[in-house]
Parts: sequence; structure tokens; C-alpha cells
Amino acid sequence: MARKGEVDADTRLGGLYVGSLLREQLWLAVRTLALLTVTIGSLPVVFHVLPGLASVHVGPVPVAWLVLGLASYPFLVVLAWRYIRRAERNEAAFAELMDEVER
Amino acid sequence: MDAAPGIVAIVLVTVATLALGAYGLRFSRTTSDFMVASRAVGPRMNASAISGEYLSAASFLGVAGLLLTFGADMLWYPVGWTAGYLVLLVLVAAPLRRSGAYTLPDFAEARLGSTAVRRTCSLLVVGIGWLYLLPQFQGAGITLSSAVGGPDWLGSLVVGVVVLLNVTAGGMRSITLVQAFQYWLKLTALLVPAAVLLVVWLGDGRPGAASPAGDTFPGDVVAWSDPLAAGGPQGLYLTYSLIIATFLGTMGLPHVVVRFYTNPDGRAARRTTLLVLVLIGFFYMIPPVYGALGRVYAPELAAAGSDSLVLELPGLMLGGLGGQVLTGMVVGGAFAAFLSTSSGLAIAVAGVLSQDVFTRPFRGRRLSGVTGFRAGAVVAVVVPALVALSDSDVGVATTVGLAFAVAASTFCPLLLLGIWWRGLTTAGALAGLLTGGLGSGLAALLTLYTAQSDGWLDVLLRRPAAWSVPLALLVMVVVSLATRRTAPAHVTRFMVRLHTPEAVALDRG
Repeated sequence: MARKGEVDADTRLGGLYVGSLLREQLWLAVRTLALLTVTIGSLPVVFHVLPGLASVHVGPVPVAWLVLGLASYPFLVVLAWRYIRRAERNEAAFAELMDEVER
Repeated sequence: MDAAPGIVAIVLVTVATLALGAYGLRFSRTTSDFMVASRAVGPRMNASAISGEYLSAASFLGVAGLLLTFGADMLWYPVGWTAGYLVLLVLVAAPLRRSGAYTLPDFAEARLGSTAVRRTCSLLVVGIGWLYLLPQFQGAGITLSSAVGGPDWLGSLVVGVVVLLNVTAGGMRSITLVQAFQYWLKLTALLVPAAVLLVVWLGDGRPGAASPAGDTFPGDVVAWSDPLAAGGPQGLYLTYSLIIATFLGTMGLPHVVVRFYTNPDGRAARRTTLLVLVLIGFFYMIPPVYGALGRVYAPELAAAGSDSLVLELPGLMLGGLGGQVLTGMVVGGAFAAFLSTSSGLAIAVAGVLSQDVFTRPFRGRRLSGVTGFRAGAVVAVVVPALVALSDSDVGVATTVGLAFAVAASTFCPLLLLGIWWRGLTTAGALAGLLTGGLGSGLAALLTLYTAQSDGWLDVLLRRPAAWSVPLALLVMVVVSLATRRTAPAHVTRFMVRLHTPEAVALDRG
């Protein structure tokens, strides 16, 4: 039986195929969100622990304004772009697997 | 302030909006056109439309004013509103589109096969939509009365009427074009004056922050540069609660979610989200310029209603014709912000009302899809507009923040578990939605209608997300586990539909 048939008939093997795609995608999402948490998400703690950081300036601009107000946006875009590339790679691998006919 | 530039700008924006809506009307015929633009909107157009709809009065006026008054901890609003799209991208964008549902209640019903969950979701969509519409109408009143004089209710009325005309006439298909146009309008209207004002500041010899004028002005430079709310542990809690509400709330906003169904497929939904991140990220780099320049040129505004900072700064820094033109631009942009966000919310609420209320048979008769949608739109706009006339003096960004908190405490857990966990049951979903909805909703009502104090209880109510989101998730999981046997039978087929690429020909139920 072709692998698509396994998925359509909801056999144990079919369940494994879909389950592994689901796990790959979820794991990728968790990794991306973990990266978001330890970078942007950790800033309040960093500024809480190091109160002196608030008075550091780069030129006329306080460092918090620079990091949050400027640098965070391109960083979010990069994270999103990386995620999309990897998520589509996972899906392409799944599609390839489905299209192979077992011999 | 001279009223002429403001009036000209508001008339221009209104005429352009109605004209574009009328142009789009030529393509709107079926119910599918009205609800989801027949799912034929490409990523670029859709991303502009989502961004146009998302950048509300809170973004255009509120952020700059908050930055002036409170400083860097308010940067979390725009950062969170942007990061919310990254969270949405990695957890829900493609599966939500592939679910094939029109609205959040549709998704809940398709996933769990329960009309009780569907009804609860409909109630929540209407509640969140109204909570979010309220500050838009209030802000419109403030803007109009500050820019052109005239009573507060006039602005609410004008916005309400224009939104109603556009939405009832053309629905989603015609509004998509309008929203896309309004993103670029708002960007121009904020960017050009900011650039000119920066040049003026350079020409003035780069003056520093004005010396603290009395104790009305928060003169402490360090506090102003600190990305933490004041008050030690309380500040840390407030900051993290805001982060949780905005990061997780975006995916549960009805007017955002409804746009994802207009994508042709899951891949396009992801691309749309990436473009949205680029567009709104770029936009949010601008309000800090107003906040910082306001500290130099308009410190007196910090105490006296800072929502008008963006509107007044050009006139304060630049006299003559230049100042008038720039003032006209920001007034027009602010008005576009009210129109686009209110239209998007009105469509989302109208869609739900028409499906769940107005097209149900009543005494043997039922309204057609398009008529039902129009009836829904009228109710969706009129109710919050009336509430906006009775006043509340909570700032625009605060009310919007509460709408995010309710969305994060209800739809976020439902979407997360519904998409990634087979074990979700009807009872679990209902219990979680009620816990999160009641918890955050009561907190929102208490914050809006009672006096504020500095105690921990007040702090917990003012930003409920940090406790209400985990609580709702926990209740949803625990009750689902306790009612494990009632998990819907079609869940495997549904997971195939949510997670497999459309290009693979599989049975998706």
C-alpha cells in the first residue's frame, strides 16, 4: 500500500508518519519560542538584576531604547524567516516520503 | 490650534476610504466575498491589509504618548504587538488556515464538534471585539476635539458612520483594499513628519531633554530609560504580564484571525505573517522618535493627556505652513487608524453575529447570508459606539491591553491545545475558556470602572495575563485528561488536515 493510503486508512504506520511530522513542527516551534524567550524575553530580568544598565547610553540614546525600540524588530523578522525555511523543509520531507511508493 | 489642516485631512481620508470601498464593491457579490474575500488575496496585499487593520489608534497615538510620560517600559507595547505575530506564525498560522474554518467559532466547532464550545467562542469574539472597538471610538472623539474643536461625541459618530457604510456595503472583499491602502497612508503620515521634525531638531543644535519643569514632569532620566515598570517586584510582574498578554494575545484577536482565512493556502499564510512582521516592525520604529522629541519640545504634555502628543508636536516644533501641513498629515493618519481598526473589528464581530444570530431561522423565516452580515455589522458598531459616548478616562493603550489579555487567556489556550494536542475535549475547552474569560474579563471590568491603587491586588487585576493565561491552560489540560474518553473521534483526520501540506493529496475529512 502506498504511504498516502496508510495515512488515509489511519493505520498504525499512517499514524506514525503524521505523528512524526507533527512532532518535528512542534519541536521547531518550541525551539524558536525558546530563542525568543532567552533573548527579548529575558531583558526585564537583566535590567532588574543590573539596574545600572538603564543609565548606559550609546551616543545620546539610552541602551534600552536602542535594543527594544530599534534592534528587536529586525531580530523578530530574522527569527520568523528562519522558522519558515525550516518548517517548509519539514513539510517537503513529508511530501517526498508520501510520494515514494514502497517496493 | 488652527482647525483647517485637520478638517481637510479628515475629509480627504474619509473620501478616499469610501471611494476605495465603492471600487472594491464591484467585486463583492457572494457571502464568501463578504466573509473572506473568497480566499483569493495574495500575501503582499493581505499583509498590507493585516498591518493596516492592526495599527490602531493605540499604535499611532498611544505609544508615543506613553513613551513620553512613562519612558522605556512602554516600548514593550509595540515590541509585544510585533512579537505576537512571531508567536502566531510558529504556533497557529498555517494550521489555522488549513483548518478551513471562516472564524474562531468555526475552528472550535470543526475541531471539537460541539455547539456549546462554538457558542462560547462566539460570545468571546463579540466581547473582545467590543472591548477593542471601545477605545477606537473614544480615541476618535479625543482626536477630533483636539484637532478641530467640536464635541467629543462627533468623532465617535463620524468614525461609526463611515465604518458602517464601508462594511455593510462591501464586506471583506472591498475592505481588504481599503485596509491595505491605509497601512501605507498611516506609515507615510507618521514617517514624513518624524523625519522633518528630526531635521528641525538637528537644526536647533540637538538640544537635550528640557530641564524638569516643576514636579509634573517625570524628570528622572534613569527611570525614563529603564524598560521596567516602576516599583521593584511589582514592576517586574507588570512588565512580564504585559509581555505575556501581547505575545500570546495577538493570535486570539478576532480581526487578525479572520484575515488568515483569506489566504489561498498554509504556505501563503506563513509568508503573509513574515511580511506583516516586516511592515509593522518598521512602523513601530517611528513612535519612539515622537516620544523622545516630545521630551525636548513638549514636556508639559507628559502630564496633560499624552494621547495628543503626535497630533500637537508638529505644530509646537514648526510654525507656519510647514507645521500646518505636517499637522494635517498626522491628523489624517490618526483618523485612518481609527477607521481601519474599527472596520476590521466590525467585520469580525459582524461575521460571528450573522452566522450565530442573524441567519438562524426565527419564526420560520431566516435572513439571507449577505443581509444577515449587514444586520450583524450594524449591531457590531452601534453597541460600542454608544458605550464610548458614556465616558471612562482609562487611556487608549490600557483598554487595548486589556483586550489582548482576554484574548490571550481564552483563544490562545484553545488554539494551542486544539492544534497541537489530540487530547483536548469539549469539557476541557469549555472549562478553560470560562476560567480564562471570567478571570481576565472581570479583571478588565474592575480596572475600567473602579479607582486604582498601588496594592498587589490592583496590580494583579490591572495586568491579569501572567496568572490568567497559565490558569486557563492548566484547567483546559486537567479537565481534558479527566474526560479523556470523550475526545472527538475524528481528531486524527483533523490533525492530518491541519499539519500536512496541501500539495500532498490526502484524505482531509
